[in-house]
Parts: sequence; C-alpha cells; structure tokens
Amino acid sequence: MGLETSPEDVRVTIKPSNGWKIIDFKELKHYKELIFFMTWRDLKVRYKQTILGAAWAIIQPVMTMVVFSIFFGNLAKVPSDGIPYPLFSLAGLLPWQLFENSLRNASKSLVANRNMITKIYFPRIVLPLSSVLACIVDFFVALPILIGFMIYYRYSPNIYALLIPYYLLLTVITAFGVSLWFSAMDVMYRDIGYIVPFISQLWMYLTPIAYGSGIISNPKLQFIYNLNPMVGVVNGFRSSILGEYIKLPIQSMILSAIISILILVSGLFYFRRMEKQFADVI
Amino acid sequence: MNDYAVEVHEIGKRYRIGAAPAAYRTFRETLTEPFNKSKSKHHGKMTDDNSFWALKDISFNVKQGQALGIIGRNGAGKSTLLKILSRVTEPTVGSAVIKGRVGSLLEVGTGFHPELTGRENIYLNGAILGMRRTEIDRKLDEIIAFSEVEEFIDTPVKRYSSGMYLRLAFAVAAHLEPEVLVVDEVLAVGDAEFQRKCLGKMTDVTNEGRTILFVSHNMSAILRLTNETIVLEKGKMVMRAPSVEAVDYYLSHGFSQGGERFWTTEEISKDAAPFTPLAIRVLTDRNHVSETVRSTESFQVEFEYRLDAPITGLRVGIYLISTRGEFIFTSFDVDDPEKFTQYGTREKGKYRSRCTIPADLLNEGKYVIGVNASTFKIKRYFHEEQALTFNVDGTGAPGTQWPETRSGMIRPRLNWEIEGID
Repeated sequence: MGLETSPEDVRVTIKPSNGWKIIDFKELKHYKELIFFMTWRDLKVRYKQTILGAAWAIIQPVMTMVVFSIFFGNLAKVPSDGIPYPLFSLAGLLPWQLFENSLRNASKSLVANRNMITKIYFPRIVLPLSSVLACIVDFFVALPILIGFMIYYRYSPNIYALLIPYYLLLTVITAFGVSLWFSAMDVMYRDIGYIVPFISQLWMYLTPIAYGSGIISNPKLQFIYNLNPMVGVVNGFRSSILGEYIKLPIQSMILSAIISILILVSGLFYFRRMEKQFADVI
Repeated sequence: MNDYAVEVHEIGKRYRIGAAPAAYRTFRETLTEPFNKSKSKHHGKMTDDNSFWALKDISFNVKQGQALGIIGRNGAGKSTLLKILSRVTEPTVGSAVIKGRVGSLLEVGTGFHPELTGRENIYLNGAILGMRRTEIDRKLDEIIAFSEVEEFIDTPVKRYSSGMYLRLAFAVAAHLEPEVLVVDEVLAVGDAEFQRKCLGKMTDVTNEGRTILFVSHNMSAILRLTNETIVLEKGKMVMRAPSVEAVDYYLSHGFSQGGERFWTTEEISKDAAPFTPLAIRVLTDRNHVSETVRSTESFQVEFEYRLDAPITGLRVGIYLISTRGEFIFTSFDVDDPEKFTQYGTREKGKYRSRCTIPADLLNEGKYVIGVNASTFKIKRYFHEEQALTFNVDGTGAPGTQWPETRSGMIRPRLNWEIEGID
C-alpha cells in the first residue's frame, strides 16, 4: 500500500469466494511489514515484566535437559546413541522446543487476536506465521548453550553441519503446517486450546528426544515411528550438529521432507478454506 | 471509466441463527467438511429456518470524494455492511468494487498491546491498519502531537488513562491516507473536546477529496460530515437521500410508534446489565400517550426500566434533541440533591422515572428524546440518543397569529413591555 501507487492501481473486488484457493503469496508479500511487526510484538511482549527476560529461552531447554539427564540418563540409563546424555538430550530439545513453542503459540494465535480479525482485513495467515517466526528467534537465543556443551564434551560438527538449516526449515514447516490446522479449528472449537498442550506432550514422547531412536528395533514399528516427521528432523538435526553423519542421509531426508510438506500444503488449503468464516464465527 | 469509488451490487449476507455452529456440527464433520462438496453436506447447509439475512439486496454507488452516511437502528445491518466493504467478512451474495486503498476504522486501537509503549503501539497499529513503516516514520511527530500524549509516549499504554488511550488510537487512525475510508461510530468515544477535534479531522479528510462511508448514531455528525445518507432497516436499504431528508425520515420512522417505544431484548447491549430499559412514552397533560403534544400545554416524559441488581448512585435521565442533532437540554431524575440522597441506592425492581416539561417551552416541530442511565464518572449503563420522537404542535403559541415559521427550537412566552420613551 505504498503512496507511490495511484488509486487506479488498486481495485478491490469483493464477492463470495468458492472452492479451494492457494495462499495468495503476492498479497502476503504486500503485508510483509505487518508480519514483521506482529513477530516483533510477540517477542517484545513475551518477556515483558519478567525478571529474566529472554534468558527464559535458554532456561527452558536447559532445565528440561537437567531433569532428563537425571531421570532418563542417570537413573533409567536410557540409551543415547553413544553420545553423552546431557548433550544428546539438549541437541534434541532445541529443535523440539522450536517445534513445540511454534505449535502452541501459533495454534492459539487466531483466537488470541480475535479483535483484529473481526475489525480489520489482512491475510489471516499473518497471525500463525508471525507466531512461528518469533519462536525461531528464541531458538537462536538458546543455540549458543548447545555450542557451549559441544565444546565442553569436545564434539565438533563436520561437513554435514550444512544440513542444519535444512532440518530447521523442516521443523518450522511442520510446526507451521500443524498450526494452520489447529488455529483454524480453534476458531470454531475452543477444545483445541486444551488439546494442543496434550498433543505436543504426547508428540514429544513419540520423538527421539529423551531416548535414542535405536531402541525401536522392530522394522514394522520403526516404519510407523518414522512417519512422525519430527523423528527424522530431530535425529537429523542432532546428527548434523554433533558431526555424527559420515554420509548424506538421503532416505530420511526425503521421507521427512515429504511428510512435512504434505502437512504444510494440506494446512494451507484447510486454512484458506476456513478463513472466510473466521470473522463470523470467532 | 466511471468516477465511482465504491460500487455495491446486490450484496447480501446471511448468518446462522444461534451463535455456535458447534451446537449442530460435530467435530468429525468439521474435520471432514472441507473435503465434501458443500452441496452434499446436510448439516452445515444454511436454510431459511436456521439462518437470517442480515443484509439483503444492497446496491449503491459512491462517487470519488463523496462522504456517504449510513444510518439505521441497532441490528439494521450497518456494521455488517461496513465489515463487508472493508473485507473483514465476505458477502453471501452480490459483489462490490472499490477503487483505491480501503482504510477501515471499525474500532480505534485494534491490535494495541497494553505492554507496549505509545510509540511502539503507533508502529504496530499503523502496520495493522495498512501503513508502511516509512509512512509512519514520516507522520510520527504529527500523530504524537495530535494525540496530546507526548510526555507519555514511551510509557506502556497499560498505564494510560482511557482518554489518553483513545486519543492515541484515534491519532494513528486519523493519519491513515486511504482513498476510501470506512468509519464506524469511532466518534462516540472520548470527551466532548476530543470529539470536536475528531470531527474536525474527519471534515479535513472529506475536503481532501477522499471517499468516506460513515456510520453513526450521532445525527449531527452525519449532517455535518455527509451530504447524502442511506437508511437501512432490517437489512434492507429503504432510502437514499440528501442527509437532511434521510435523518428526518430515520427519526420519524420505524422506532417511534404513537408516542411510545418498547425495547426488545435484542436491542439492549449486554453491557447494560443490570439495567434494562423497558419503555419510554410521551404523555399529554391529559395523560394520553401521544406522538403530538401542544406547545402551550405541559407534557410528561415517562421512562420505565428494570434493575436486576441494586445500583448505587444511579441517575436516569433524558436528552431533548433537535432533528438536526443539537442538544436542547439534558436532565436527570436525581438532579435535585435531596432526591439524590433519597435514592442513593436503587434496589432491584421495576421503576418509572417521569418528568414534566413545562408549557410554552418548545417551538413547533419534531424533537427527539434520548435516554441515559449512568453513575457519575463510573459507568454508563445505557445510552440511546434516539429513543423516541414526538411532534410539538404550535397552535396558540405566542406569535402564531402570523403563519410563519419561527426560527429557534424554543418558543417561550416572554413578558414583553412596551413603553413610549419620549
């Protein structure tokens, strides 16, 4: 909506929409400043009136790691693929918390901003999108801690560290895709608000964070287990940052990507489909 | 190419009755719904039984640079129309074409976050309203100056008074520069001084040649800002006329029936609780309910209401307003300090507040009665500026031996003395 555009350039036609639509990327680009400001607001507000502020982004995964290390690592002696347990769990927790926080915040983003939805037009997808973007910032705040632990345990990444961005991208894509489903459903059914924390907890146990995926030996079970895109993503992130890969894990890379993209695309369509009634139902 | 900024063609909007679709749709259906063709689903489909038309067959055009007023009673579809034109919600049928950027002020301060400072909220709110960052940078000083909260601009807005909050919110909105501005009742907030400032700003906007669609219950604002007005009644457009005519029509149709008006539950906002207005009527000095009273006789205005819980410090009163929206007077039932002490707390129950308006006060013509039930500076329970209209018949009033229209709203019988001073 720049001033340089003359009124004749913008012509809005309002009519009932029908059928399936893909996200209007051109329009989304137009609203990039809104995406920026909403992300910035999320970050700015999240740690307002807290003493520790952004340190919470570090404390959360570290505390969880400590608890895991005591109970799963020391007491239960859960196998951790030969990696020191604290490092193993922290390397899993970081991408996982990126996923979980994105999922939780983005899923409730529509309902949390209902007054915006009922008063102003903008592509609704801005809301879950900016929630996810804000969580990425948290991830990078926490990342140095992992690097610290790697130095302590003398782990160094190899060439396959180049895969890290790929796995992070998949984490974000999956979280965003699932959030699109949940946030759109949340508009209609506030049950989602109760279901999401429960689902994310369950999902964590189905993802190799506290334990190594090596403990699942039955091939049939393994196949089903791998359908969880976060299995490939968390393992991939951990192995690539800790320098565990010695060759490109093509098979798991492709499988995770396919499932993540399926979730994202279906989420995009579902969201677009439901979008038009948000303002009426929310 | 025509010079219409807004073209609305047979727009209609149907809503389901009963707010929660969840009542008759299961979770599973919702999950599977998008995969079914909309025609094959039996539950989700709207029929005449489970839905109603909030708007139907609305067609109108607005010329570039014109300010069009939209008036109608609560529930007439005004807000729905604005929501459709600002693309918040989709029409069920029909279409509209809008040339240029649309800025909507359906509520000021949307997206304001209490934890952020005034300055931060200006940027955030500006972005939400569709301003570019460079545009906000450029106008920042102007916005801050307009809002009159310079000293607190770096304080979180949660520490603002409600007046400061509104001023800041309106300041951002007022500096939007869309080609088409859609405004809903934003002037109903803030103190009188600020309202004047807002109205002035809106006048500037019209003078700059922007197109405005303006919804308000404030008839004087409508008359001041717009030349033409459409009247909506139960979702239909019943009139489009020069604003003076439209306001006159609106004030004399639909809601006053023979000098008496009853409120239905849908007309009362939930915020009014525990106060419920029941009826208002005009009584002649012979105790008849009547739409017309005589200028030479006193008459009474009677307001009935119910309290579902006791209210302390309640005052119930009326406004007398001209059809052009000018206030003639405001009076409360406990204006007398003794009465206020006596009725310090009104218990639960039904009440009737009645006042007598003296003879020889009003000029002939049409008048509007508004009602207000509030506690001073604490809460406004109920407020309606157009509750009832009535006519004053001037027969026998001073000066009626000359068949002319006397200017002015009052026509007192003054005691004149004439003496030769030579």
